[in-house]
Amino acid sequence: MMTAPKHTPLYEAHIKAGARMIDFSGWLMPVQYDGIVAEHTRTRSDASMFDTCHMGRFDVAGVGADEALSRVLTADVMRMRNGQCRYGFLLDDDGGVLDDLIAYRFNADHWMLVVNAGTRAGDVSWFREQLPSTVTFADESDRTGKLDVQGPGSLEVASRVLSVDVSSLGYFKFLEFTRAGDRLIVSRTGYTGEKGIEVYGPVPAICALWEAFLAAGVRPAGLGARDTLRLEAGLPLYGHELNRSITPVEAGMERYAMKQAPFIGKEAMSRHLAAGPARRLCGFRTRSRQSARAGNVVRDGGAVVGEVTSGSFSPSLQYAIGFAYVETPSAIVGRPLLIDTGRNVLDAEVVGTPFYRPSEAKGCI
Amino acid sequence: MTPEGLFYTKDHEWLRLEDDGITVVGITDHAQEALGDITFVELPAVGRKIAAGTSFAVVESVKAASDIFMPVEGTVAHVNTELAASPETINRDPYGKGWICRFSGCERSALDGLMTAKQYAEFLKSV
Repeated sequence: MMTAPKHTPLYEAHIKAGARMIDFSGWLMPVQYDGIVAEHTRTRSDASMFDTCHMGRFDVAGVGADEALSRVLTADVMRMRNGQCRYGFLLDDDGGVLDDLIAYRFNADHWMLVVNAGTRAGDVSWFREQLPSTVTFADESDRTGKLDVQGPGSLEVASRVLSVDVSSLGYFKFLEFTRAGDRLIVSRTGYTGEKGIEVYGPVPAICALWEAFLAAGVRPAGLGARDTLRLEAGLPLYGHELNRSITPVEAGMERYAMKQAPFIGKEAMSRHLAAGPARRLCGFRTRSRQSARAGNVVRDGGAVVGEVTSGSFSPSLQYAIGFAYVETPSAIVGRPLLIDTGRNVLDAEVVGTPFYRPSEAKGCI
Repeated sequence: MTPEGLFYTKDHEWLRLEDDGITVVGITDHAQEALGDITFVELPAVGRKIAAGTSFAVVESVKAASDIFMPVEGTVAHVNTELAASPETINRDPYGKGWICRFSGCERSALDGLMTAKQYAEFLKSV
């Protein structure tokens, strides 16, 4: 099915800023403005903002919304407090990952869910199927927008631009505020490994905020830098490290699915956990600047043991890093691996994640 | 923008014939711009004979790896070893310090089939 990629409400702003645009999950998105490495480095040293309007935003409301969501999400939503957000998965009956998402609790009967762009339509069908008729489910993605401001300088500039003290907001906490009559949400979350915020609101309010951050000196960063930043931080990308044929156990992320209460996929996941997965997600680094890419075959000695799911040169570390699913006996930190790029064979080694911790590089704040 | 006196290919390589018969090869400004930040260059061994139309180097950017082709036959005489530590030199100075390889044994007449600066500039308008 070929359909023209959609534009986010910030499309014109990207064109004006000279962005190079690419199709990502059906959206025409900025991959870079002045360069991936420059944008990456700026995010690690100061702050950048990202258009994330392409991501899905759902509103779930009604008496018992918390219990209804608890049956569908792996996150222990019943133990959350108002103003808290939590990461978790949407699993199918076999424990396969339909999506990874963040749940925001306004109160027990009112929630927001933030999902990936490429999985939004499937998620909508799944939630409509799985949630009881006593709760209302609304896809608010087209009516609202979202932007992220990330980096060590982000909280200070965001506090000024939003007129909200986000520096005192705890990690994975959010609050509602009004700006020019609009109701907005800001959370201390992000996808870069840095301090940062994500802001949600009506489309015109998010477009106005984008301009306000630009005026405050925050420069935009594209999906290219977003990908190298999340990879260095050891964060999975749906469609690469996660998909429906993978369980949280294989992804090494079962800690986000360990609650006592029942949820869809729990039995399958528990069985998988007890049996031990045949393959595991592991981080690797290469011996040089040369990068492996998604789809490259991984060998241990002579045997094929897995496949690369993400790979890139790391601007912060100055060598190449990546994720691969490899057979469990090979998924040990320190294990030397060979990665066949199709052009040549790279020497690699299994390493722990995150690959890069921002605090390490902050010797002189 | 497109330096005169060089030969250009549709794959966005440039070739420059030196007085000593050596042919210097690199990628064009358009190519480096399209690739984005260059993070790694895989260079051939000195002395290797490269057939016309085959890949002799790989230039990697953050997002992808791209083959660099030799449009005419030649033998690798020198490689730009500076690129190992500073591959971004190609982004900064594609026609100068960002050269990739120097070849010997290229037929002068074979270069005549390539584009001039003016022809390449016209070609860029069509891509």
